[in-house]
Amino acid sequence: MIKIKPMAEDKKQKAHIRFVLNGETVEVAFAPHKTLLEVLREDLNLTGTKHGCELGECGTCAVLVDGLPILSCLALGLDMEGREVTTIEGMAEGGCLHPLQVTFADLGAAQCGYCSPGFLLTAKELLERNPAPTRDEIREALSGNLCRCTGYIKIYEAVELAAARMRGEEAEPAREIIHGYE
Amino acid sequence: MMRLPKFEYRVPREISEAVKMMADAGPDGMFVAGGTDLYPNMKRRQQTPKTVISVTRLQEMRAIRGDAETGIVIGPSISLTDICNHPVINRDYPVVAEAARLISTPLLRNMGTIGGNLLLDTRCNYYDQNYEWRKGINFCMKKDGDICWVAPSSPKCWAVQSADLVPVMVALGARVKLVSTLGERMVTAEGLYNDDGINYLHKRPDELLTEIHLPPRNGMKAVYKKLRRRGAFDFPVLGVAATLDRAEDGTVRDARLILGGVAPAPIRVKEAEGILVGHKLDQERMAAAAEACYLKARPLDNTDFLMNWRKQMARPFVLRALEELR
Ligand SMILES: Cc1cc2nc3c(=O)[nH]c(=O)nc-3n(C[C@H](O)[C@H](O)[C@H](O)COP(=O)(O)OP(=O)(O)OC[C@H]3O[C@@H](n4cnc5c(N)ncnc54)[C@H](O)[C@@H]3O)c2cc1C
Ligand code: SF4
Ligand code: FES
Ligand code: FES
Repeated sequence: MIKIKPMAEDKKQKAHIRFVLNGETVEVAFAPHKTLLEVLREDLNLTGTKHGCELGECGTCAVLVDGLPILSCLALGLDMEGREVTTIEGMAEGGCLHPLQVTFADLGAAQCGYCSPGFLLTAKELLERNPAPTRDEIREALSGNLCRCTGYIKIYEAVELAAARMRGEEAEPAREIIHGYE
Repeated sequence: MMRLPKFEYRVPREISEAVKMMADAGPDGMFVAGGTDLYPNMKRRQQTPKTVISVTRLQEMRAIRGDAETGIVIGPSISLTDICNHPVINRDYPVVAEAARLISTPLLRNMGTIGGNLLLDTRCNYYDQNYEWRKGINFCMKKDGDICWVAPSSPKCWAVQSADLVPVMVALGARVKLVSTLGERMVTAEGLYNDDGINYLHKRPDELLTEIHLPPRNGMKAVYKKLRRRGAFDFPVLGVAATLDRAEDGTVRDARLILGGVAPAPIRVKEAEGILVGHKLDQERMAAAAEACYLKARPLDNTDFLMNWRKQMARPFVLRALEELR
């Protein structure tokens, strides 16, 4: 929904903040009652962060703030002043995908893909904190992200494979993971 | 997009500044901590403060001091994740960390605070809906309307006390400090809650919760059991917090049994406590205490699951709690 307002009034109502977004300092102006999700998508044109329930009930809007995964639909843009925010757009480095992005793609952990940005960022923080999580620890860490397509198993497998590779192991997915059980 | 209504946002750095801002804002002001309760409510227009005052940058409200010997003081602006991971809480008051771990999801626990949890708005299927939905049923007594859809002849609102840490704090005998420009006071957790879904707190809106005090442990043991549909996300539709203090020979010196999620306020079941105190914990006493709790639980048809089943579940949940303490 686009509302056209006279310039002068628009300016008066806007808040200006500066924060670090995906490693770069950005300055942005927005209506002060906007959520971080709205600021990212509408004022910074970063639409990788998805909006689902917008009430804290699905996790698709998750981003990292100062390294911790939070729900951007329930955070105020204004509270980001001076913080470090990572969105899915900042996950690949120098054109090189994050190991989680590789395994999500290879193992079918993304089907429609709507939940993927939230899962990837939440899993990234888990692996930074715990490089060798058990299946239960992965399940717990990702329990605030809903996926309506994959049934979660493929997501857990992708996190396990990425974790192994990030530990320096030469891990390949088990045959059944790619081809199914005979 | 479900958008927040317009409001003015203030971020004080000191408690004195925060309560002054609230006094200036008047009845249209509200405090916010993690926002995981207030912002969804604002998006659904259940709560529409004109001024929102954040308590997250109040350094004075972000520390934990003391231990099991002295009792501890918990700052209400501490996130639930930090409560779950705090070494002193895990060592000396593990039930607090255990109950916090059962709240919602890891993502929400990174945002939500312990103070916000203790002051969580009461919940009801007819209230926790967006504006258009509520308008469709011509609203209800808790917001914008004048009838209760759960109990239409009832003069009061039955929205449910739904925070997991509330029964735990009542069971532990916690006290909280409330501060306003008019002064400060200490209130017991038990005395903080009011059995009315609308005025669910014995706290004025301008009072800021600044400290949560837990008494010394003195060998007391505690557990919390939660009933909900899914293993994550869901609010409790029954919560049982139990504490037990026993003499060397096993005689119960003190017991507390608190039910959450089945009324507008936590219910302390003194009848059940009376059955246990002065005796050894045998199967018969435990079953009698569970029966007393069952009789006291009075869920209505305004949350997930059938209300009769929630009431029936009070028995096995109290039994499980007592068995774990035995
Ligand atoms: C999807 C979802 C699932 C949830 N599941 C659970 C669950 O399973 N169990 C559970 O217990 N909760 C649950 N919650 C509710 C909520 O996330 C938690 O209770 C959380 O702890 C609230 O803390 P907060 O800091 O975010 O509160 P806020 O939203 O910031 O505040 C809550 C209330 O307390 C007031 N307040 C906050 N701090 C102070 C203060 N210091 N002084 C005075 N007033 C203050 C606010 O004005 C507001 O009325 C859930 C929420 C969502 C959205
Ligand atoms: S219990 Fe009744 S008055 Fe209270 S929120 Fe529900 S429908 Fe409304
Ligand atoms: S969009 Fe934020 S949790 Fe669903
Ligand atoms: S891949 Fe479609 S919701 Fe997860």
